[in-house]
Amino acid sequence: MMNLLQFWREHTRYGRIAEKGILGMNRRNISYISRYNPRSNFPLVDNKLKTKNLALEHGVNVPDLIGVIDNQHDVPNIARITDGVAGFCIKPAKGSGGKGILVIDRAVDGVFYKTNGQAISLPDVERHISNILAGLFSLGGKTDFALIESLIKVDDAFLQYTHEGVPDLRVIVFRGFPVMSMMRLSCASSKGKANLHQGAVGVGISMDSGRAVRAVQSGRPVTHHPDTKQSLVELVVPQWIAMLELACACYDMTGLGYLGVDLVLDKHRGPLLLELNARPGLSIQVANDAGLLPRLRKVETIKKPERYPVVERVAYSRAHFAAPSQM
Amino acid sequence: MNKSASSTRVPLYILVLGLMAAGLFLTFYRHYVFDVPWLPDGQRQVWSIEAKIEFEALSEPVKLSLAVPDNQPGFERVSEHTASPGYGLAFVGEGVERRAEWSIRQAAGRQTLYYQVDMLFDENSFDNKRAAPPAIETVTYSGPEGTAVRQLLQRARDRSADAFTMTRELIAGFNNEAQLAQLLVQQKSRERRLVEMLNLAGIPARVVQTLYLEDGRRRQSLVSYLQVFSGEEYALFHPQTGHQGQLGNQLLWEQNASSLLDLVGGRDSRVSFSIIAQEVPASRIYQEKVAHLKNAMDFSIHSLPLEEQTMFKGILLIPMGVLVVVIMRILVGLRTSGTFMPVLIALAFIQTSLITGLVGFFLIVGIGLVIRAYLSRHNLLLVARISAVIISVIIIIAVFSIVAYGLGLAEGLKITFFPMIILSWTIERMSILWEEEGPKEVVAQGGGSLLVAVLAYLVMINPIVRHLMFNFIGLQLVFMALVLLCGNYTGYRLSELRRFKHLVQSK
Repeated sequence: MMNLLQFWREHTRYGRIAEKGILGMNRRNISYISRYNPRSNFPLVDNKLKTKNLALEHGVNVPDLIGVIDNQHDVPNIARITDGVAGFCIKPAKGSGGKGILVIDRAVDGVFYKTNGQAISLPDVERHISNILAGLFSLGGKTDFALIESLIKVDDAFLQYTHEGVPDLRVIVFRGFPVMSMMRLSCASSKGKANLHQGAVGVGISMDSGRAVRAVQSGRPVTHHPDTKQSLVELVVPQWIAMLELACACYDMTGLGYLGVDLVLDKHRGPLLLELNARPGLSIQVANDAGLLPRLRKVETIKKPERYPVVERVAYSRAHFAAPSQM
Repeated sequence: MNKSASSTRVPLYILVLGLMAAGLFLTFYRHYVFDVPWLPDGQRQVWSIEAKIEFEALSEPVKLSLAVPDNQPGFERVSEHTASPGYGLAFVGEGVERRAEWSIRQAAGRQTLYYQVDMLFDENSFDNKRAAPPAIETVTYSGPEGTAVRQLLQRARDRSADAFTMTRELIAGFNNEAQLAQLLVQQKSRERRLVEMLNLAGIPARVVQTLYLEDGRRRQSLVSYLQVFSGEEYALFHPQTGHQGQLGNQLLWEQNASSLLDLVGGRDSRVSFSIIAQEVPASRIYQEKVAHLKNAMDFSIHSLPLEEQTMFKGILLIPMGVLVVVIMRILVGLRTSGTFMPVLIALAFIQTSLITGLVGFFLIVGIGLVIRAYLSRHNLLLVARISAVIISVIIIIAVFSIVAYGLGLAEGLKITFFPMIILSWTIERMSILWEEEGPKEVVAQGGGSLLVAVLAYLVMINPIVRHLMFNFIGLQLVFMALVLLCGNYTGYRLSELRRFKHLVQSK
């Protein structure tokens, strides 16, 4: 009997994945999301305007809000709202997975230029906003509203690691403890998007130092950014502790026990909260070549995690969830 | 935390066990006490046919007479019953003249009467060699009608050898000589004319009303056929095509060349038929002949009127399709566009047959995507755009039906069974997917949905599955338990084994 179990663990793919502690979709949904994330708190993260207001209340830095368009009648106001703004981005308040985000790099004489240089007209922008309002990008197709935010200026430390988009840091925060993180770098093949399944590069980040552990693109290890050819080995997230503390603060303000926090580093304003996710994906394990389960179980053994202040939680994670570089 | 978490699971497992036990108990009870076999048995097939008569009573005495079938080659009448509260009922006549007669002193408003008969189909007793031919009635023709009749008869006689070939040639003559035929059918129906002309040629014949027996059909009506005799042997002819022969599932409902329904004291009468096939063991058939027992524990769909039963034949299959979706999504990890859209598509496939269904699906979604791509160029609000897609889908279906019918493809008409609103949403979702993630994702999700739909279809048309789901309602509880169990599965999906394979292969 023991031998059979051992054989199962060592010689079947299922057994080896389980042995590594990889978290699967079903277990994530049953054992973590539905157990630790109270349904009533979901709107706090599913609605980006609520997230923003909440963050401001708790002193968490977020990108500046330029305006909100919440009904069809106001759509033509977009020209007036963005008048004199160099660059902005339009987001659906209830969007998910980066859907429906339109980034305008600059506007010249009524022509808008996307980050890839493509020019679009004012009616195109208005149509995009109409689609957002009608709920095209929102969860369950509910009516939505559009947020207009100022653009993030990529920090110099990351300039070499990106193509078009802004690199962001995804941190999984479990019961207030940051357990795993990765950088997501957009590239030409991901068309400026930062989602791994769309072809972006994922870089696993060691929890102690903010250094790269390994990098993957479309499931395969890479060592250099495909477009800028920058070596990813040297990637270190600046202001690492401040980033982790910001991530922990997001747990305190939402009360969601299993949370994905997306952070960016702005050239002028430092770490900013980009968005929160109550159903964070599983690719972070591929980027780190590590399973989430051992870390989650370790945090589950902590009694009364709410007693620990942010600084202690960050120290705990840095002590326990470090990983050596594999590159 | 782990401990308390696992203890919260216990009530769920108790529920699952309870459902499973109750479901299996009901299932076995039906098998052992009511002798319902586990597998469908084609040899002893009983067709239950329900005639639903509706009419408007005129507040005066009502007399209603319905032609009903008797034993006939291939079919033996096992039992019959009626549901007609307040009405007096009598069966009069024998054989082909058999009729059910209802009467009531006073009735007003909408009336609905049911007549249900169970016919045992026996292939071996299908013998059309011993039937009593009707008497020959001679009608005299004159004027242009007479000329036309003589001409057609002469032509048919020259080209035929016996009664049956003569009939075939006569019908062919009707089809070829359109002008003569036009003249003849002005005053009497084509079937009546054909019978009269055959009688003139000394061949006994009559018009019969037949019913195609297909499992799970509702609101069917009778189809007129010619019954032509040669000695004691008869053959059936389709009066339009001249096609000869009786299908195994063709029941002669009315054979006396009289009306199906006679009504005095009412108007707007309508008769529609619902048909269901049942597999009943031989021992059961004779029990049923004795009495139609209704037992409190006989908790089955069979206590409902046939029309509702046929509806449930489809509805009770849905849990099977839903289980396929649950398995494919939770255990396999297939992505589909719209969670239960594949089940609805599979239900449409059951109506249309697989190939027609697939062709229809690709046609509608393909053309719909093109139209949607054009619509997206205009600055339209979402609700209006989807409405436009719905109307486009309806137009596609209409055009497709007309073209298919024009080309003589009756199969094409079945495209109307597709759920149009669901398809429109599918088109909208796929179109957005195309814009955002590229055609690869559209193929992945569309293919996934279609694969699940085809799998669900293959499971749902399986005769054993159909038999079990319809006859053992307890299985619904078993399915509920299985779905709850799946909802509790925390292991990996098959697709995740592939997704994470690099993590365990690199070393």
